[in-house]
Amino acid sequence: MTTRKQHTARITGVADTAMGELPGSTAMGLHAEATTAALKDAGLTAADIDGVLCGYSMTMPHLMLSSVFCEYYRLRPSFNTAIQAGGATACIMLANAVALVESGACRHVLCVTGDNRLTGMTRDGAVAALASVGHPEFEQPYGMSVPAAYALVAQAYLHEYGIGRDELSAISVAARAHAALHPKAYKRDPLSLAEVANSRVIASPLRLLDCCLISDGGAAVIVSAADAARDTRKPVRVLGSGQGHTHEHIMAAPSLTDFGCKTSSAMAFAQAGVTAAEIDVAEIYDSFTITLLTELESIGFFEKGEAGKAALAGDISLGGRLPVNTHGGLMSYGHSGAAGGAFHIVEAAHQLRGEADARQVAGAGLAFVHGDGGILSAHCSLVLGQE
Amino acid sequence: MTLPLPSPNADSRPYWDAAQQGRLVVQHCATCGTVQAVPRGCCGNCQSPALEWRDSALRGTVASFSVVHRGPTAAFRDSTPYVLALIDVAGGVRLMLNIIGPGREEVQIGEEVEITFEPRGEAGFQMPQARRITA
Ligand SMILES: [Zn+2]
Repeated sequence: MTTRKQHTARITGVADTAMGELPGSTAMGLHAEATTAALKDAGLTAADIDGVLCGYSMTMPHLMLSSVFCEYYRLRPSFNTAIQAGGATACIMLANAVALVESGACRHVLCVTGDNRLTGMTRDGAVAALASVGHPEFEQPYGMSVPAAYALVAQAYLHEYGIGRDELSAISVAARAHAALHPKAYKRDPLSLAEVANSRVIASPLRLLDCCLISDGGAAVIVSAADAARDTRKPVRVLGSGQGHTHEHIMAAPSLTDFGCKTSSAMAFAQAGVTAAEIDVAEIYDSFTITLLTELESIGFFEKGEAGKAALAGDISLGGRLPVNTHGGLMSYGHSGAAGGAFHIVEAAHQLRGEADARQVAGAGLAFVHGDGGILSAHCSLVLGQE
Repeated sequence: MTLPLPSPNADSRPYWDAAQQGRLVVQHCATCGTVQAVPRGCCGNCQSPALEWRDSALRGTVASFSVVHRGPTAAFRDSTPYVLALIDVAGGVRLMLNIIGPGREEVQIGEEVEITFEPRGEAGFQMPQARRITA
């Protein structure tokens, strides 16, 4: 692997909207609300933004979403485009924003996401739309849903490592305990291992409470050039980034137990000049319990087959060896499409700034953020640090 | 509600045409010998356009499976529970198929299955599927 110089870009503004069921919200309205809050967080104005990156919306599918948003919010950036990489979108947007400010093309890049996929469409509509990541000829005609595709990964994992039900359930339970500490989290009621184990089967071995939420919400992250970040409120450093892409369709994945997160995280760690063991807090894409389990292991935080045991032992909870998804993740905080992955970035910035209130990881100086899109198809990892 | 049918294109038509005759065919690269599941206009290993179709034996091994209780669309919700599986077929590629027939929910990873063809829709379009081998 060629050595890449550490990044110099800063995250200067982060914000997310209210989360969960937001009747009356719209995709563009959530984009706008998140943008206004992120600008305020940074101490910048709309006129400072010279680059805009949008993701995608399921309630408002559009060929030119970023142009629609710039018109909506009256932004006239010198760089403007939309990025679509499923759950990896937010991290890949951030990686692109970093490249834009480090190349000198932009000073302040707004990465903005949002979708009202809970109240703006039916649950059946959302499930059907998501299933379109399956191959139209070779997967969809066989009834592949996203949970069913992840279930294939989970079944292979259980077969390989022989772990028990509680080791999967522990992932959901840990997320819920963190969400209980976040006033904005969508699901904050206590959750037990038994409740996860007894929830209905969606696609064996995955049960309802192995699956992430569907929520309305939006998030925005502003990335600035190092010199442009100086007069912002409280910047956070981007130290390393990396991507890994091995397949789109699960039938074409080179392995069912090893994924592109291995490559993407190795790149990000190498660029940042740190190891997995030095990370204080991790915010990792958790569309399903199995997603987080395989990613924690592939990235190198835990040995193969051990992440579930670690979760049961409290290792990924606040106060544990590596607190993971301190906001509650997609499992309990919320999942609003491209914004779902952005919530992880927002939380990492809060942790590094010491602004995570009851969820604060003491002395959090290095954070790891990871997004995955498709069926563990597209991966993007980030290493963030204190200013 | 009827289950969806694939819409073959120029890349994939030979695969589906063969299925209508009860054959499972796999794309081989004449240049490097790679076999590939999703049909393409070039080899997914060496990018050579010199591809040929070869018949696969109608056998395979279960790489993974899931008993699906919540279908993605109304048509699939009418057929739950159904078994979604990844099958490593004898011809050297991994396909997504359903396990159909008796005992399908008891299937295990590593089990050998036979490839069969199941008619779908009014015209009886033949879909490659997998079935447990009964002793
Ligand atoms: Zn070839």
